[in-house]
Amino acid sequence: MVKVLVVTSGKGGVGKTTSTAALGAALAEGGQNVVVVDFDVGLRNLDLVLGAERRVVFDLINVVQGVAKLPQALIRDKRIDTLSLLPASQTRDKDALTEEGVERVIAELREKFDWVICDSPAGIERGAILAMRFADAAVIVTNPEVSSVRDSDRIIGMLDSKTAKAEKGERIEKHLLITRYDAARAARGEMLKIEDVLEILSTPLLGVVPESQDVLRASNLGSPVTLSNKTSAPARAYIAAAKKLKGEEAESAISGSRGLFGKLFGRRAA
Amino acid sequence: MPIAVSQRPSLRLLSRSFMAFVLAPENPIANWLAELDLALRRSAGFFADRPVIMDLSRANLSRHDLTQLIADLNSRGIRILGIEGTDPILMDRDFPPRLRCSRVEGDRKMIGGGLDGGSSPELSARPSSLLLEESVRSGQSVVCLTGDVTVVGSVASGADVIAGGSIHIYGTLRGRALAGANGNTDARIFCSRNEAELLAIDGAYRTADDMEANLRRQPIQARLDNGMLMITTV
Repeated sequence: MVKVLVVTSGKGGVGKTTSTAALGAALAEGGQNVVVVDFDVGLRNLDLVLGAERRVVFDLINVVQGVAKLPQALIRDKRIDTLSLLPASQTRDKDALTEEGVERVIAELREKFDWVICDSPAGIERGAILAMRFADAAVIVTNPEVSSVRDSDRIIGMLDSKTAKAEKGERIEKHLLITRYDAARAARGEMLKIEDVLEILSTPLLGVVPESQDVLRASNLGSPVTLSNKTSAPARAYIAAAKKLKGEEAESAISGSRGLFGKLFGRRAA
Repeated sequence: MPIAVSQRPSLRLLSRSFMAFVLAPENPIANWLAELDLALRRSAGFFADRPVIMDLSRANLSRHDLTQLIADLNSRGIRILGIEGTDPILMDRDFPPRLRCSRVEGDRKMIGGGLDGGSSPELSARPSSLLLEESVRSGQSVVCLTGDVTVVGSVASGADVIAGGSIHIYGTLRGRALAGANGNTDARIFCSRNEAELLAIDGAYRTADDMEANLRRQPIQARLDNGMLMITTV
């Protein structure tokens, strides 16, 4: 069953692109046929994080406008052959995206892949709305920090009203992914606790990715953290999250108090 | 020595809802105007003194066309109260204001203020309350001008609940609650946990800053007492 997943947040810089690449790579390594689509037209980053920036010829805008065919624009990952990238344009902007064009591209991607993961731009404008428009499910990336939480709440409201599924009266599956979590800082009260975030957002928790220097290292290497350093804490968290997305049971992957996080993984929406 | 106490004029946040007719012109405008003239010949002066909104979502007009259209309608005795369904870029300073309160647009759920057309535009007070069994998300506005609003859930920071009657929130209120929006001074606000940004009844309001510390994170009720907003723990 094909799943179109949007990775969104509202707030910028919380880890959408990092998470899209990490989850995409983890799902692909698990045998799924995955395409990751960069919707951040004009400020594309997904190609950099995947190390594909020197192989971009055609992009999403070209395909939407019919200048190129989808297979010409798709870039296969050199390390995992079941992972492909549809990059965004860097020279255009979001106005070049049309709803009909995006619908057509997503429909074509559905036929070729098991997972279509859309990396949303930050914000609530056209780019973010088009990225979520045709999604079956959403991963909402949130930092345990007040601005990020409020923006995520806004985007959750939009997932329930501005998507094609919501307009048909169906529920879009939502998963909360907390990133850049630092247990020590949360204990000191410098950062929101996981329970606080869950209480405010009332959305099922997919996983908690701890703050780690491995993420920046991976990004500079052009490799998703789940490929470059599988045993690192963030990688383990993403791999567990990918398993959960597929519906498999995942054991807690956060270093630290296993008991506490094991309890939290089982937590459902309030 | 008598001390002069200066009364700060209180700014009252009020809202009203009225029934209005909607004219939705379509291209070609000349044909549409001809149809309108036909209707006016049958019942002259129909629009005189009636509030009329113009919905431009079905028409493709430039600013120049829009200026002309407003003038054409004016010459037929139709005064446009507001314009909806249009790109803000098209709007001129001299145009009637742009409206965004229609049921169709945005994140608003609007009850009791809808545009029926057909019936005579009078504000009918049909008490109808609104029950929401989901939380209200940031950026959403829940409006029910004809009755109470009950939310079995929380109201997020950056969300509004606006009611003609009272407001009852069984979760945490982190946003704004404006009760008695139609002038009902008996309206009250209840919530299980007060982390509100703003509470208002019939326009008299208090922001989070103006609330005593012992009222935060508690179940509270707010009511008007002699025009002053009183907030007490329940």
